Amino acid sequence: SSGINAEYGVLADTVAPHGYTVPLDLGSRGSCQIGGNLATHAGGLRVLRYGQLRASVLGMRVVLPDGGVLDSMSHMRKDNTGYDLKQLFIGSEGTLGVITDVSLLLPQQPSSVNVAMFGCSSFEKVIQTYRLARQTMGEVVSACEFLDETCMRAVNDNLSLPSPFPDRHPFYFLVETSGSNQDHDMEKLEGYVARVFEEGGADDGVLATSKDQAAKLMALRENIAPALKQLGYNYKYDVSLPIKHMYSLVEKIRAMLQSYEGCHVGSYGHIADGDLHFNPISPEFSPA
Amino acid sequence: MASLRVLVGCKRVIDYAVKIRVRPDALGVVTDGVKHSMNPFDENAIEEAVRMKQKKLVKEIVVASCGPTQSQETIRTALAMGADRGIHVEVPKGTEESLQPLAVAKIFAKLVEKEKPDVVILGKQAIDDDSNQTTQLLAGILNWPQGTMASVVEHSDGKLKITREVDGGLEDISVNLPAVISADLRLNEPRYATLPNIMKAKKKKIEKMSPEDLGVDVSPRIKVLKVVDPPVREAGDKVPDVATLMSKLKEKGHI
Repeated sequence: SSGINAEYGVLADTVAPHGYTVPLDLGSRGSCQIGGNLATHAGGLRVLRYGQLRASVLGMRVVLPDGGVLDSMSHMRKDNTGYDLKQLFIGSEGTLGVITDVSLLLPQQPSSVNVAMFGCSSFEKVIQTYRLARQTMGEVVSACEFLDETCMRAVNDNLSLPSPFPDRHPFYFLVETSGSNQDHDMEKLEGYVARVFEEGGADDGVLATSKDQAAKLMALRENIAPALKQLGYNYKYDVSLPIKHMYSLVEKIRAMLQSYEGCHVGSYGHIADGDLHFNPISPEFSPA
Repeated sequence: MASLRVLVGCKRVIDYAVKIRVRPDALGVVTDGVKHSMNPFDENAIEEAVRMKQKKLVKEIVVASCGPTQSQETIRTALAMGADRGIHVEVPKGTEESLQPLAVAKIFAKLVEKEKPDVVILGKQAIDDDSNQTTQLLAGILNWPQGTMASVVEHSDGKLKITREVDGGLEDISVNLPAVISADLRLNEPRYATLPNIMKAKKKKIEKMSPEDLGVDVSPRIKVLKVVDPPVREAGDKVPDVATLMSKLKEKGHI
């Protein structure tokens, strides 16, 4: 309940000793600023657990184009009086005003965090494995991400972050759980994993047994953007699609680019949100 | 010619990435509710044993851990990495902090009598007490050769060629079997426990026993008097020239 003016990563470190965490988590946490996150309504890895950032905003102060100040600052959990004007500015990208203060609802820091990664032979299997996660341990799932082999290869080769698997797979699915009881969460995770393999959703999988391993698995996903950059010129797209169609776009573009030398299509994303980070890459920039 | 049998030790410790906090009674650190994992050096030890098995040098890997009930999780991780069976020497919860290297070495000496391995691999040191003693004490009790701080281990004709990381650089030694080795971090890159193996590990056997069953007295010989945080590092002083530097050093009594 005291003011902090900070970059996102700094905020997380400041509140951690008090037992809280931030509802938003994204790869650029070390350099992005909260005002910017709100103005662009950034999504990130934990939307499926904490909702979009909009859901965590309790109050806000905005400077309007005419110099006036919209003071919707509040710490109240629920306030249905009048129009919720502050919501208009979230995602407005600075076109309506400049956000100067915000009051954010912070979730409790989970004491038990687990990360597992699977290798899958097709996107349908990724969807199957993801759906099973929601069904069997939905209450503790905090992130569901997928990446394709182009991305995994890029991270392994260009950033020297090795794959945890001995074999290559066309797709990889990462799931993170966050909860308050390690024994319960482990039990859920083990039940889930047993079913994944029984039902043939994945060909291989690993579970992080230490924080170091968990960080390494997450690093594989979070460093895709810099790794892909080294492959050539990236045309970066962030598109929302119905989950079952997420990869068909990638396959179509990949087929179209087959005749062009040195082109890659790397795709990854927040599968629970239907949010695809789609990156066709060419050796050089070309408007064509 | 897979003929060697290996006994590997592992210890459940506070995860090395966790921020440690001193307990209010200043006799230790807070462990309740804190994430624990296998001691990183022990991961290297298990990994080395598994690689030797994959190279068909080793026939069986037995992993042992001394600790409270939860040490079983650490043993299961080792089984998931490729060990064949486990031994859990259980001590009552809360007493694991008083389990010191000499007691552990004596326990392992008894396990060696029981299991008759050709090689014992332990982690160089545990990250909670940083003792780096168990391997050496065990070798002494067994009167076996030791290769500590190993960063390379090669086998040929009943001997092990070991490269040790020492203060002056690297030292190559050759030891006859049976021998005790302690693993250093650069020995190998430990594998992830794959989920299919974690599932299989549930079916592998873990034998349970107590120090009393082995006839070992584990009462501590060293008493912890106080545990405190290291002093906070103070800000430095920037001086404009050498003359000021000299006078400040004299002032503080350094010269």
